[in-house]
Amino acid sequence: MEALVASAIGALTAAGIYLMLRQRTFPVIIGLTLLTYAVNVFLFTSGRLATGLPGIYSSNAAGYSDPLPQALVLTAIVISFGMTAVIVMMALGAFLEAGHDKVDMNDEDTPVEGGQK
Amino acid sequence: MSLALIAALPFLGALLPGLMIRAGKNACAIVTGSVTALALLLLGLNAPAVLRGEVVQTRIEWIPSLGLNANFFLDGLGLLFAGLILGIGLLIILYARFYLAKSDPMGQFYTYLMLFQGAMVGIVLSDNILLLLVFWELTSLSSFLLIGYWKHLPEGRQGARMALTVTGGGGLAMIAGMLILGNIVGSYDLSVILENKEAIQASDWYLPALILILLGAFTKSAQFPFHFWLPHAMAAPTPVSAYLHSATMVKAGLFLMARMWPVLAGTPEWFYIVATTGLVTMVMAAKIALFKDDLKGLLAFSTVSHLGLITMLLGFGTVEAATVAVFHIINHATFKAALFMSAGIVDHEAHTRDLKRLGGLRTLMPITFTIVTIASLSMAGIPPLNGFLSKELTLEEAAHTAWMANPWLLGVLATIGALFSVAYSFRFIAHGFLGPVRDDYPSKPHDPGFGLWAAPALLAGLVVVIGLFPMLTAAWLVNAAAGAVTGQEIAVKISHWHGLYAPALWMSLAAIGGGLLLLGMHPRLMAMWLATPRPEAKRIFDGIIEPFAAFASRLSNALHDGALTRYIAIGTLAIAGAAYYAFDTGTHAIGTRELMAIHPVPALGWLSLILATLAIVIYHRQRLLTLVLVGIIGLMVSVGFAYFSAPDLALTQISVEVATIILMLLALNFLPKATPVESTSLRRTWDAAIAVIAGVGVAALAYALMIRDPAFTPISEFHIANSKSGGGGTNIVNVILVDFRGYDTFGEIIVLGIAALVIFALTEALLRAGPANDRLLAWRPDQRRAGDRHPMMLVVATRLMLPIALLVGVFIFLRGHNEPGGGFIAGLIVAIALVMQYMASGFAWTAARQKVDYHALVASGVLIAAATGIGAWFNGMPFLTSAFGYVTIWPLEEFELATALLFDIGVFLTVVGAVMLALASLSRIGLRAGETVNVQPFDIDPSEGRTLNSEEAR
Repeated sequence: MEALVASAIGALTAAGIYLMLRQRTFPVIIGLTLLTYAVNVFLFTSGRLATGLPGIYSSNAAGYSDPLPQALVLTAIVISFGMTAVIVMMALGAFLEAGHDKVDMNDEDTPVEGGQK
Repeated sequence: MSLALIAALPFLGALLPGLMIRAGKNACAIVTGSVTALALLLLGLNAPAVLRGEVVQTRIEWIPSLGLNANFFLDGLGLLFAGLILGIGLLIILYARFYLAKSDPMGQFYTYLMLFQGAMVGIVLSDNILLLLVFWELTSLSSFLLIGYWKHLPEGRQGARMALTVTGGGGLAMIAGMLILGNIVGSYDLSVILENKEAIQASDWYLPALILILLGAFTKSAQFPFHFWLPHAMAAPTPVSAYLHSATMVKAGLFLMARMWPVLAGTPEWFYIVATTGLVTMVMAAKIALFKDDLKGLLAFSTVSHLGLITMLLGFGTVEAATVAVFHIINHATFKAALFMSAGIVDHEAHTRDLKRLGGLRTLMPITFTIVTIASLSMAGIPPLNGFLSKELTLEEAAHTAWMANPWLLGVLATIGALFSVAYSFRFIAHGFLGPVRDDYPSKPHDPGFGLWAAPALLAGLVVVIGLFPMLTAAWLVNAAAGAVTGQEIAVKISHWHGLYAPALWMSLAAIGGGLLLLGMHPRLMAMWLATPRPEAKRIFDGIIEPFAAFASRLSNALHDGALTRYIAIGTLAIAGAAYYAFDTGTHAIGTRELMAIHPVPALGWLSLILATLAIVIYHRQRLLTLVLVGIIGLMVSVGFAYFSAPDLALTQISVEVATIILMLLALNFLPKATPVESTSLRRTWDAAIAVIAGVGVAALAYALMIRDPAFTPISEFHIANSKSGGGGTNIVNVILVDFRGYDTFGEIIVLGIAALVIFALTEALLRAGPANDRLLAWRPDQRRAGDRHPMMLVVATRLMLPIALLVGVFIFLRGHNEPGGGFIAGLIVAIALVMQYMASGFAWTAARQKVDYHALVASGVLIAAATGIGAWFNGMPFLTSAFGYVTIWPLEEFELATALLFDIGVFLTVVGAVMLALASLSRIGLRAGETVNVQPFDIDPSEGRTLNSEEAR
């Protein structure tokens, strides 16, 4: 089972990085989403895998899955939603402002040497 | 506590003007002024003790391991400076209210001003040199903002940069010097350092420390050769010049020299460096001031000159000279701030500050003329005004001090400085106000309203009163402050007449006579001055800075070329390389954990996840399909969480998934639907190689982690053991979120709220006139539209589901503390329930029926969470400590009430507000792009048996 989870994390990471290396905003966002899954699952596995354990406290439970990584990943999921929402809006804004959705700046976008006086 | 509060008040007050400006300029000024007045009042409450000779202290441990403590102390010197800063600050707030133009953002100005005020008060009250350094740098930063306040003026921006470079650079040197000092003594507390004179002066490191600290002080107080930034800082609005560049910031350097006087002064090194620098600055700047036509330029150089004078006095290293220095600090602050404000009034009314274009204002502006005359005469040192008193004492000190065994050099040069001072002071009056009335002023000048002249008039009044009754009005303060500087009992005797045999009398007379003579010869001297070439400080400064700036921008342009893909590639490879190196060189035990068996159903889930991932890579150019595939992955991840005993995560993931996909679909509506092929196959191979390296690395890491037991016992044991007994809940994950790690969650909902506001702000920016707005207005849908935008079946179904979904939300919320659920998940579920209505009947239709302001929702969520946390204080507990109890209300069973539930309500509201605000923002973009607003819930109304025409649909 561990191998399956590890390979899933690896596949999500690889696909995420590959898409983030594309030159349009939309694949980059999707890539980031995939990478987010990978990172969240990875963090979750730091509590080690366990099946069939109770999620809640009771006085006669044999054991618990590690709750701390779960709590941290829970907040991470919500935060990554916030982050995704912001970059989606940024991508949309960039597309509407510039008329294209390329991520790499070209020469016209490069700031003038020396900056503003 | 009260001292820390005095320093903190202006910082807290800095938050108010931005809000209060919405209630009008008067309200804004009054609120800002009240904060300063309150700080002044608190200071005043401490004054009696200080004047009795006590030292008031406040000690707060901050980072004791670094020796950094928030220790404050108030002695006579601190009292004098804090009084000047807050008192003149109050006057400046009044003056600025009437000085700033309608178009100037006043709230911003007051915010910067209060930041600066707090930093200054912090400097003079700090009892810890590290703390002092923090405040010191804060003054540099806030003065940068103030000098550059008129952002549209290039001079303002350049002046601000120059001031920041010079004073910030000096500040860096001072940090080094202070650290050396702290090392010599073994403590960073000023009160300890001040008692170790012998150890410091005997140390080999004395001279380096002295030079470094003086660099900080000289740059701040504009001493030669660092004086050049001050005249350029005059591009700031006049209230700033009056506050920073006459009364407070430039005196910070003097304050520091006075503060360090007991341990640094009294050596030949101190005398020759400080006294000489002060002397040169005083004479040189006074000479330049005479040839400045700009009123503020004249005052700027005059300020440099007077700062030089005070520096020189401190440099003498004698108790008497230090006492005179303190007295002159008071006097200079009064007359110079009054003069700056008057120059501002002239500028405000006549629309010019150029002496060549002024003259004859005496009859046009009688009130301003009176103020200027009093202050200028004081600056010139004419009896009986206060400037005269301290100048006489200064000349007396100079006459009695030998420089390199030369008994008369200092006296002569000081007299020459005073002579120029007389000349430019009289020139201010003569060329500005006397002479015939002209008819070519840029604007017809007249006296301003009371609000503008009240502050300088008050200061001019002080000039007269201190001048007439120095022993009554100023001596006690001088005694207290000078006593703190020198560490000795001081009983100063200030008088107007020192007798015929006092050298100061004759030096004064020479200065006044010579000054008047110079003024008479001014036109001829001016021609000579203009004909002589002289170094242009700004050109030299730019010449030095330019190559560095060019190098920096070349470097950053080369490294940061705007290609995101390049950064990601380099970053990924660097991380992979570093990780491999760490793995290769580190030691690690072999994995001994027993592996779990693979069951067929989870294996199927894995397979679909892997296939979906592969499919995304292959078909990523078809964007809509990609979103569907992402949905599959999200679903599998959620199911995985459920399978691995994490029900809370599963619930969260699935609901976030829905919200994310809806959001992306809405955005995709306006984005291109396909990604074109742009990269070469070589590039794609290369990218794939990077991706595979990263993927294999992460997979290996995850596997290695999972087959090993934790190296340390996880702290989860504590959470499990205390969840029920301490947190009052059986859902350990939820208790961790709202209790054990409530601070994290609190921070997180703030981040979420900020994200929502950023989205809102971005939308606002897009909808403003500009290319984005034009594109939206001209937007044509690139997909075929469904004939029925709001299908009846969907509308009816979502209507029916709404109460059920809301009920589920409430249920999930309420049980969250004990069963899987909680504020996050409930918030997402409720948000989705509402979004369904939007999808079914359109944004405008729904929004009209649901009058909730999402901003308010986000804000109230954060505030409720904060209030819950603060509530613990009243229980005598730290922030966010939860309390719970069990109650029975008939006919219900016994149930639990926990403050954590309140906190979770905050979380819930923030999540709902943030999700809805994000989606509503996208809807606004849709409306701008021509989406119609429908008044009916659906387009085809079966009861009427026809399709609503577009007129009605609108």
